[in-house]
Amino acid sequence: MEPFVFHRGLAAPIDAINLDTDQILPARFLRKRRSDPEYKTFLFHDLRFDPVGNENQNFTLNQEAFRGATIIVGNSNFGGGSSREAAVFALEAYGIRSVIAPNFGDIFYNNCLKNGLLPIVLTKPQTDQLRKTLHQNPGSRIDVDLNEQRVSTDNGITYAFEINDTAKKNLMSGLGQIGLTMMHAQRISEFEARYNAQLYSEC
Amino acid sequence: MAGQTIVDKIWQSHEILLDPGSGESLLYIDNLFLTDSSSFHAFDLIKKEKLPVRNPKQIFGVPDHFASSKSKKLSDIADPDRIARINDLESNCKKWEIHHFGLDDPRMGITHVVGPEQGITQPGKIVLCGDSHTSTHGGLGALAFGIGGQSGHVLATQCLWQKKLKQIRVTVSGSRQNMVTAKDLALKIVSTLGAGGAFGHIVEYAGEAITALSIEERLTVCNMTIESGGRAGIIAPDQITFDYLLGKDFAPNGRDWENAVKFWKTLQSDPEAEFDREVFIDAGSIEPMVSWGNTAEETLPITAYIPDPFSIEDRDRSESLSNALEYMGLTPGTKMTDIKIDQVFIGSCTNGRIEDLRAAANVLKNHTIKVPALITPGSNLVRKAAEAEGLDQIFIKAGCTWGEAGCSMCVGMNGDIVAPQKRCASTSNRNFVGRQGSGSRTHLMSPAMAAAAAINGRLTDVREL
Repeated sequence: MEPFVFHRGLAAPIDAINLDTDQILPARFLRKRRSDPEYKTFLFHDLRFDPVGNENQNFTLNQEAFRGATIIVGNSNFGGGSSREAAVFALEAYGIRSVIAPNFGDIFYNNCLKNGLLPIVLTKPQTDQLRKTLHQNPGSRIDVDLNEQRVSTDNGITYAFEINDTAKKNLMSGLGQIGLTMMHAQRISEFEARYNAQLYSEC
Repeated sequence: MAGQTIVDKIWQSHEILLDPGSGESLLYIDNLFLTDSSSFHAFDLIKKEKLPVRNPKQIFGVPDHFASSKSKKLSDIADPDRIARINDLESNCKKWEIHHFGLDDPRMGITHVVGPEQGITQPGKIVLCGDSHTSTHGGLGALAFGIGGQSGHVLATQCLWQKKLKQIRVTVSGSRQNMVTAKDLALKIVSTLGAGGAFGHIVEYAGEAITALSIEERLTVCNMTIESGGRAGIIAPDQITFDYLLGKDFAPNGRDWENAVKFWKTLQSDPEAEFDREVFIDAGSIEPMVSWGNTAEETLPITAYIPDPFSIEDRDRSESLSNALEYMGLTPGTKMTDIKIDQVFIGSCTNGRIEDLRAAANVLKNHTIKVPALITPGSNLVRKAAEAEGLDQIFIKAGCTWGEAGCSMCVGMNGDIVAPQKRCASTSNRNFVGRQGSGSRTHLMSPAMAAAAAINGRLTDVREL
């Protein structure tokens, strides 16, 4: 996966709360392989397009200033609902590198980390402020510095964020997770042998 | 020393190591279920990494999301992508010698119905699937949760990195009123906790209204845990659990069975165990419930009226409710029972088991339905059992469509969708925007309530039928 160290990019505000994974990637697209050239159009499909396929101009990503954003600033309960990893594939296909929100669906949050996309938790007032700033200055950029764990806007807002050390290391190295786990192969095998020996044995 | 909860006990017995950097444990996984809808990504990953499946005998593949409700024939599936994904699952399972219950296998069905039904899911196990309703399996005392992208990791390592989650205990005391089902209980719990109320938590359900539930009812309650944001729901195993599992194909037998039961009896949360949060609900206060909005939190008793978002102070919440009302085509102040519906769906991993079908048949008997109703059993075995009891004849006589096993209209991935702006009374688990098809309007309820709605063509209090 692509390493994430520092990213400066166009940021789009999406104000809706409870933007669940069904809305990020409607279920009917789950049968598609990631290699499908249309994959990026599946992102937020039913919010971005009306039933006949015309763009909905109320959706920020369709507005000229926000088109092609690489950072999304969302609202509470972003990515709740269905566990579909493909929701992250759709964000990635569109070019999103980071999503900022007050809180995320657990599974979605982890799926982001495993796929090189940085989910950033800020407080509700902080995300409200960021979205307000973006609405007032459409087309402006945000700097996401994973190393320093800092998000900043060009007009001087800077917020620190938390991320666990392992996730940070993995994102910055771009190493896949299986390889990292395999470094513990010996311990896994020992555990497994012990576990199987006591399964259904007298306790 | 503080006591341990059932989750603490299961966690401890599966923890290989703890990574201090992430706070994540490397957990050993007993079973992984694979479905047609997401497993191809997992197999793509191990292929890319050039790794084998570590323990194929602990993995089970079941096509459910794309399975047609019309027949068992692949050729009846209209879309080449869906056929390809079902074939992918079969060929990947064959290649790696993974258990596979294909479309025409008598054991095929919705993964979360099949696992318990076959006795694969057992108390004290950790069971995973790339599907959020994996929480269902907790009804048997297993720690079971959905994983998104980590199925490939589990295939390759039989392990999962997972941070220990916080724990909520929901104690439901007293006993249910007549005609109040496990689904009503589940909807009441979710509306009490809130759609995000159990985020980052595992929920243990306890109390006499929970221990009084059958296993199928427990599966329904645990199934809906994810609708409150909770990753897993769990109910401690007891004699009802052991009786359910005895003799199942994948359950232990003979000496193993006796040892297993002894072990399972140790899994109850200790009396002095502490939870991060405790929630108490009185079962006696629960009425038949129906959702009206776009999360299961937005659920009310059938006797209630559609709420007014302007009476809510929190602006985001008020706006979200306004959007939900607009999407659902509802006006504040409308009596729930005045809401007309266009169709009915009875089935899913929430309510597709034999007791659910019996409850629906009980209501539909000697009635004719006013709006189309699709009834799909949770598995081929449920279908067979229903037919042996003559339930299919009751459904067909009432005018319902009796379909084949699978996820069907719960998620609309097999083509069984609710058309835009059409209103569906559904026994499924999610009423999200677009869940049953673009623009679809879902009202969640129990099988008995959905059957009653089919008879009247509007939301109906089954107690008054």
